[in-house]
Amino acid sequence: MEIKIILNGKSVTDLIDADTLLIDFLRSHGCYSVKRGCETSNCGLCTVLMDDVPILSCSMLAARADGHNITTLEGLQEEASEFVGFIADQGADQCGFCNPGFVMNTIALLRENPDPTDDEIRAYLAGNLCRCSGYDGQLRGIRNFLDSRNKNGGTHGE
Amino acid sequence: MMTIQNYIRPQSLEEAYMLNQKKSNRIIGGMLWLKMTNGLVSTAIDLCDLGLDTLEETDDSFSIGAMVSLRQLELHEGLNAYTQGAVAKALQDIVGVQFRNMATIGGSIFGRFGFSDVLTVFLAMDTYVELYKGGIVPLREFASINRDRDVLVRIIVKKHPGTFTYLSMRNTRTDFPVLTCATSCFDGAYHTVIGARPERAVLLEDIQGILSGGINQQTASSFADFAAENIKVGSNVRGSAAYRTHLIRVLTNRALLELEEMTHGN
Amino acid sequence: MENKDYKSINHSVRKKDSMQLLLGKPNYVDDITPKDALVVKLLRSPHPNAIVQEVNKTAALKVPGVVDIYTWEDVPTNRFAIAGQTYPEPSPYDRLILDRHVRFSGDPVAIIAAETEKAALKAMRLIKVKYEILEPVLDFHTAKDNKILVHPEEDWFPPCPVGGDNHHNLVASEVNGQGDVDTVMADCDIVIDHTYHTKAFQQAMMETFRTYTTMDRYGRLHVISSTQIVFHVRRILSRALGIPKSRIRVEKPRIGGGFGAKQTAVCEVYPAFVTLKTGRPAKLIYTREECQIAGSPRHEMEVRVRMGADKDGRIRALDLYTLSNTGAYGEHGPTTVGLSGHKSIPLYSGSLEAYKFSYDVVYTNLQPAGAYRGYGATQGIFALESAVNELAERLGMDPTRLRDQNMVKEGMTMPAYYGETANACALDKCMERCREIFHWDEKYPVRDMGNGKVRCAGVAMAMQGSGISNIDTGSATIKLSDDGTYNLIIGVADMGTGCDTILAQMVAEYMDCDVDDVAVFGADTDVSPYDSGSYASSTTYITGKAVEKACAELKKNICAIAADMMECDPQDVIFEGSQVRRIDSEQSVSLSDISYKAQVCNTHAAEVTATHASPVSPPPYMVGMVEIELDKLTGQVTILDYKAVVDCGIPINPALARIQAEGGIVQGIGMTLMENVNYDSNGRPIESSFMQYKIPTRLEMGQLQVEFEHSYEPTGPFGAKSIGEIVINTPAPAIAHAIYRATGVWQRELPITPEKIAMSGITEQP
Repeated sequence: MEIKIILNGKSVTDLIDADTLLIDFLRSHGCYSVKRGCETSNCGLCTVLMDDVPILSCSMLAARADGHNITTLEGLQEEASEFVGFIADQGADQCGFCNPGFVMNTIALLRENPDPTDDEIRAYLAGNLCRCSGYDGQLRGIRNFLDSRNKNGGTHGE
Repeated sequence: MMTIQNYIRPQSLEEAYMLNQKKSNRIIGGMLWLKMTNGLVSTAIDLCDLGLDTLEETDDSFSIGAMVSLRQLELHEGLNAYTQGAVAKALQDIVGVQFRNMATIGGSIFGRFGFSDVLTVFLAMDTYVELYKGGIVPLREFASINRDRDVLVRIIVKKHPGTFTYLSMRNTRTDFPVLTCATSCFDGAYHTVIGARPERAVLLEDIQGILSGGINQQTASSFADFAAENIKVGSNVRGSAAYRTHLIRVLTNRALLELEEMTHGN
Repeated sequence: MENKDYKSINHSVRKKDSMQLLLGKPNYVDDITPKDALVVKLLRSPHPNAIVQEVNKTAALKVPGVVDIYTWEDVPTNRFAIAGQTYPEPSPYDRLILDRHVRFSGDPVAIIAAETEKAALKAMRLIKVKYEILEPVLDFHTAKDNKILVHPEEDWFPPCPVGGDNHHNLVASEVNGQGDVDTVMADCDIVIDHTYHTKAFQQAMMETFRTYTTMDRYGRLHVISSTQIVFHVRRILSRALGIPKSRIRVEKPRIGGGFGAKQTAVCEVYPAFVTLKTGRPAKLIYTREECQIAGSPRHEMEVRVRMGADKDGRIRALDLYTLSNTGAYGEHGPTTVGLSGHKSIPLYSGSLEAYKFSYDVVYTNLQPAGAYRGYGATQGIFALESAVNELAERLGMDPTRLRDQNMVKEGMTMPAYYGETANACALDKCMERCREIFHWDEKYPVRDMGNGKVRCAGVAMAMQGSGISNIDTGSATIKLSDDGTYNLIIGVADMGTGCDTILAQMVAEYMDCDVDDVAVFGADTDVSPYDSGSYASSTTYITGKAVEKACAELKKNICAIAADMMECDPQDVIFEGSQVRRIDSEQSVSLSDISYKAQVCNTHAAEVTATHASPVSPPPYMVGMVEIELDKLTGQVTILDYKAVVDCGIPINPALARIQAEGGIVQGIGMTLMENVNYDSNGRPIESSFMQYKIPTRLEMGQLQVEFEHSYEPTGPFGAKSIGEIVINTPAPAIAHAIYRATGVWQRELPITPEKIAMSGITEQP
């Protein structure tokens, strides 16, 4: 079947099998940031945005994305660059394999809730597993980013 | 994962229903659990074009389209105001935000999964299931019958001023529950639902009138014992039957006291 | 310790690959290898012990897109080991690429090569296998001397004498010690005697096992794999495939985590075999399920601790016996077990009069075990540290003070640690500092929070090693580039730990340049100097020292070139980072000019390779303290606070050292409380996915705080020891201790699930 997706702002039309998963479609269209870490919708590595909502691309048929906007980390380099340096400063990137999914969901979080508390960050990112960092470095990185951004007029701090 | 040969987005419920009559076809819902099964599907039926992704609140009910996501429910102000946050509490530990953005109420309720937090919390409300052919059926009835080939269109919750609580025991925060427990009090009656037994959630009414004089330490404990003695449990890798029976006692007791606190406390 | 102001080391420099990783650039095996490779899939045995009688692949071969299917009849008959260890490996040669005798539920029966994954999976369903089903050995207690043999084959071969005997299901066996344990024990006021059980926990790195293979332009086998051990993989493939090493090149790109799992060549042989057979590129990517059922998890161990002590808390005698379950194949079996005693008992060198350590490592028809962060020390420390906590509670002594009087201190000899001396040991300071930041005296008492909930604390110490003494060999090549910058080429594998950056920091410190001026490449057997690889906490300590040597040599060569330029003797010049100057005058030449000169009629190599090994393996030390809230009714444990103080010598990169510690602690929490391993009747793990095998999320770890107490290890680079593994060792005993404090019940088996706690017959607190 034929589908048409707006992928990172560009229209992509392709023939797919009915059971092609979105993650495989995206990787075959050069979006290598999208990673598979499990087959059971548990790890969050494959997180992308569909119409700006974070979803698991390993668990969605590419067919369902037909007619929708899909954004991967390839399409959000600038927005990601604003804060990932703070993660790097903590050394919390580690092996990096979970990073794209984590970065995508953090972007979704900050769009939805620009000034989250630490507990709100933990809750929103609970579906993003990381085996290397122990999570605290990721949290410190996001916190430092928010603090630095909020310096000029921001309110929140814990 | 399963193999799918065709994918169709029906443009009417009738079309969806007709497609779904073929045994090898499946309505895909959020596709999360379905994806992990093996086997062959001739046609995957996607209800996403039928406008079922909205939640409407009126003075006396909530009407929830089958394609409404668990995340929509979790964030819905009206539904959570009505249940004093019990719905959000029931949903917030399900895997992760991305998962809850995809999982649908229709899929969760139609599946009648044993582990379902969704089924548990909705059974504690006055909930109905609207089926395309079968009409409107009380959820407590729907929960006990087997799956057929009808199409679940929406969930209807009739509002009754009351109180609602939700508790679950999980080995880890975002894991399947070992036991779920929802309690409610409306129209002068108490309702207790126990799920993840690990079989489907069941509703336990106070047929012996243990709570008829109100909830206090003693009646809560008596009712918890009653629940533990009367609700059938089993074992799986997350917990033994004995542990589940123990948990029924603990969670029911706590939930009832919480309910009392919410009803009459400050 | 040495007090010096360093310019590059001891600074939290960003990892060199950070932005590439965080921005999701293609960095890993499946991102950088061609898509048109043959898809390799493995048909696995459902039976734990069986002989393959017949494989009917007729129907499967007819599936469009299927290229070929291989069975035991097609593979070489040379037995080999897939453990990534230095030759001669302590692990037995007990594998074939495909064996007619399948030994665990998940053992490969056939290799399928197809144009697409769909075709390969379809073919897999169509292959018909006839098995002669044999009775399995699934309980490791009954394995030794069992009449059922996991490896009855005559060509079973142990390259090292480790006390194994395949006719007794024994992979290794040993007894060692010092002094007369029984006599001392008989003289003790109190003897603690308990057995502790840990399961086959999974590393669960986010990137599953995967390998791509192709024939290069010289007709050689080019392997791109997610591995910690490129050189060992080359040797393993050479033996398994029967081709010379000169025909094999192994490289690793970025690795999505390893934790020891990728210190075993779990999947490399299969696509390599396909490429040799077909001449075509091939790729094998393990599913998460394959990782969980046919990976290389921690060795299940049961450790019996007998500890003799006096009423005053003096620990005088220790007797450890470890029974280790290596599963169906012997990878790392003979070596992991040693650490259960040799890296636990020495913690008490302060007071010990005698010790005995003995072990048996047995085969069973279960998933083969391998290397996992901590490598046996984790299991032994859970046992010994729990026993010490039991002693303290029996004696009514504060467990931290009990340790104060028994622990190893700087300068002591450690008889159970091969007689090594603790040259750098700040364990006492770690304990003191941890007590302070944790507020131990306030948190140790059990506090009732109402509604069935109590708060309380637990403690544990840990040690590990830094590389394998007298074996591990690390090398570094450093080249001067023609603008005065450097290339560092290594054979160790940065698997996210940041060793590329850490080693570059060392180069920058020695060569007095910026870290940005050091480009790092690793690892590739065609390019990198030989290195054992990244395991055994060796990289900073061993390869770091090779970097130091290489820098010293390179400075000499740079000075020689400069001396030529200034027409003087090399001993008359001095290296000053950006220039070389004549000692007796102001004449100097810039590094940039020297580097250009190095390319013009030059006979001094502007590059150097140096190699290092160490006769000792200096232990890092650590103290961990945990505060929990325990719900006595549901059994739920909530970690509130975890504080740890680590002595890793000097942290070369404090941010990365801290993340290592935090990550290790959380991994340790997972194995203590939630990661479970149960088997079905065929010995297949039930927890075969992340839906069932629950690793910690960010909601499960409470507040972490990690600090460092410095010591100075004279044999390490800049005084550094290691940190990679030790960090996983304290959570299990510390949490088990806190659970005892809350419930009055000692939990001696991991994981400690809520059910075990709730149903353990809750008693009043002590």
